[in-house]
Amino acid sequence: MTDAVAAAAPTTRATDGRLTTADGKPLKAALARAQARNKRRAFFLVVPLLLFVVVTFLVPIGQMLSMSVNNSAFYSWKDRDTGDTIPLMVDLRGWFNENEPGTEPDEAAYAALAAGLAHARDIKAIGQIGTRINYEVSGTRSLFTGTSRKAERMEPPYKEAILDADEEWADPEIWAAMRSASKAFTLDFYLAALDRTRDADGNIVKVDEERAVYILLFQRTFVLSALITLMTLILGFPIAHLLATLPLRHSNLLMILVLLPFWTSLLVRTTSWIVLLQSQGVVNDLWVASGLIDDGNRLQMIYNRTGTIIAMTHILLPFMVLPLYSVMRPIDPSYVRAARSLGATSWTAFRRVYLPQTVPGIGAGGLLVFILAVGYYITPALVGGSSGQLISNLIAFHMQKSLNWSLAAALASLLLGAVLLLYWLYDRLVGIDNLKLG
Amino acid sequence: MNAPAAKPFVEFDRVQKSYDGETLVVKDLNLQMPKGEFLTMLGPSGSGKTTCLMMLAGFETATHGEIKLDGKPINNIPPHKRGIGMVFQNYALFPHMTVAENLAFPLDVRGEPKSDREARVRMALDMVQMGAFGARRPAQLSGGQRQRVALARALVFEPELVLMDEPLGALDKQLREHMQFEIKHLHERLGITVVYVTHDQTEALTMSDRVAVFNDGRIQQLAPPDELYERPQNSFVAGFIGENNRLEGTVEAIEADKAVVRLKSGEIIDATPVNVTQVGQDTLVSIRPERVEFKPEYFDPGAHTIEAEVLEFIYMGDSFRTRMRVAGHDDFVMKCRNMLGQQRLEPGRKLQISWHPQDARALDPM
Ligand SMILES: Nc1ncnc2c1ncn2[C@@H]1O[C@H](COP(=O)(O)OP(=O)(O)OP(=O)(O)O)[C@@H](O)[C@H]1O
Ligand SMILES: [Mg+2]
Repeated sequence: MTDAVAAAAPTTRATDGRLTTADGKPLKAALARAQARNKRRAFFLVVPLLLFVVVTFLVPIGQMLSMSVNNSAFYSWKDRDTGDTIPLMVDLRGWFNENEPGTEPDEAAYAALAAGLAHARDIKAIGQIGTRINYEVSGTRSLFTGTSRKAERMEPPYKEAILDADEEWADPEIWAAMRSASKAFTLDFYLAALDRTRDADGNIVKVDEERAVYILLFQRTFVLSALITLMTLILGFPIAHLLATLPLRHSNLLMILVLLPFWTSLLVRTTSWIVLLQSQGVVNDLWVASGLIDDGNRLQMIYNRTGTIIAMTHILLPFMVLPLYSVMRPIDPSYVRAARSLGATSWTAFRRVYLPQTVPGIGAGGLLVFILAVGYYITPALVGGSSGQLISNLIAFHMQKSLNWSLAAALASLLLGAVLLLYWLYDRLVGIDNLKLG
Repeated sequence: MNAPAAKPFVEFDRVQKSYDGETLVVKDLNLQMPKGEFLTMLGPSGSGKTTCLMMLAGFETATHGEIKLDGKPINNIPPHKRGIGMVFQNYALFPHMTVAENLAFPLDVRGEPKSDREARVRMALDMVQMGAFGARRPAQLSGGQRQRVALARALVFEPELVLMDEPLGALDKQLREHMQFEIKHLHERLGITVVYVTHDQTEALTMSDRVAVFNDGRIQQLAPPDELYERPQNSFVAGFIGENNRLEGTVEAIEADKAVVRLKSGEIIDATPVNVTQVGQDTLVSIRPERVEFKPEYFDPGAHTIEAEVLEFIYMGDSFRTRMRVAGHDDFVMKCRNMLGQQRLEPGRKLQISWHPQDARALDPM
């Protein structure tokens, strides 16, 4: 009899009022245990992806961020053979710690400098130190290598000996640069990325007019990206609408045309733009032949900003069309019909009824295209000339040519920050849940 | 027959419509509606009802023929100038606007001043008892509430003609009946002209001044509900509206208002000729279950009787349904009112049944 009851009602109410299973365990705990196994199993399935994302996405971004504040070039050296890390300029860093910024370097400071230079030369680290200070005060690399050659044989008083070797050591800017390079972490690369630097007293000032490039490039990158986004929207909206409203038979063909750029190599597409747009290219030839322009005034449409805009608009167009299409497809034509029957002209019906319903697609497409454009590298490099270069081209320059990785990382971090800021703004203005990618 | 008023408000004149150039979806549609009428288009799925509404509202163009609104050809008037309120099958409430904004839309695009707008929106919402829901979005409403909002939106700008495309299709029975009542009530109160589409025949019969039965792109019969039910003009209408017993046979003799029909199984019955004219023609006789009599005292003197065997007796509360075998058909149904002393026929019993010749209609065979 009791067995039958237990079987029929496997849950019973314990004395404290909570539900329990037939054998008296709390029901909630039993449920959690039963679900835990499923959760664990599901988690194992996503572990590879999780690892992949961590290794290929989070770790590099973390490294980039740490690289952008990394200051170790001045005070530590990694031995190539043994792999040991050897501290540099130990005494000088000690002196900087004990003395306020702006203190006139005394004999002790010069002694520490001489010892540091001699040691650095000894272990072949002097080039790295010189390069580091050269970022802040240009033309100082040879100062370090030159003086270090004599440092070993120097006798006290070191101040005289060093100034004897090179007058330039008296320049307070160099001392300010060395002081800031001895700190564990630095924001100097960010300052440099924003066309700022420190003067001898450690105040942040603008760099000279002719050396200020980064802010200009950031501005150009954002303005061009916004322009390209707008162009893809203007060009993509009617196509997406057509795709969404045509009968399936025709829209499939159109869809293939839209996706065609995806199936062609980026390089092929970019070079074909060169063929089309160069001054002896197809477009110019056509215009000259049709008498629109005369042969002497062929338009320069490539290797400049125009080329960057045209080629990137073309390449990024599908990223606008697809989100728009996926938002437009399910919009029932009866909405516009209803608006029309209620007395709206076709323009009003579009503006007040159709357009608002496509906002999630416009937002998604716009954000996607803008973010891609802001970081685009290959196309501006190929067709941008000098006026069509974007910030990513400069990042690549610092990665590959000038080898100032920290500055490259700072620039990239700023770009990342700007994109995140944009994302936040979008969330505030439109709402992130109002985003439909597909 | 209801003669249309001298000047019809809505007129379809020999209208044809084809979407693909191969098949005619609407074939030769002629229809005249006086102002203030409630006309229902009733018909099976795919018979062209929505297409007719869309042509009237201006979202499809007629392939041939002319549609006139208030005497003027409609083809040259763009949809937003026709002043036709429309309730769509799927409501088509704008999802990004609140209920009040949806209702204000037609007033707004007409440039009504803001103060008038608010007052009229409130009135329209109160009319459908949705006054408390102005601030909600359509997604936050139930089906019936959306329906009412759609109705209020189609009426708020006081159109003279309102088209409703299966507006109650998605509602449960109770709500549907309630809304039928409300729509009918609004029609009477506002004096608007309504074209209503449905494939629910009860809805059509209870609400309409006239019903147009559609099939195969044609109006099969256009008549007031009672006439449609009691005097169907062809076998499609007879079969589509209400329950009906069908007996096949050939015309044996024919007079002005009476035909004698010999059924396939040999029995002779009386009927009213509707669209049979000659002796020897095949015909299909249609009799409503409630017009079949089994008590000899109610038989029409001189009418033929026919033998029936009771197969099943079904108690329906307000009525009894008796299924019998008549002239070889197992599905002949007789319906009697459940009244004091009404006889319950037990299965297996054999008896004679008859009907008034007026209630049996000899129609064209399908
Ligand atoms: N846009 C269109 N293109 C091609 N054929 C169509 C189109 N719209 C409707 N049809 C066809 O026209 C015929 C009539 O359609 P319609 O929508 O008028 O039927 P209906 O009577 O409203 O049916 P329902 O009761 O199912 O709503 C159908 O055969 C349908 O397939
Ligand atoms: Mg329909």
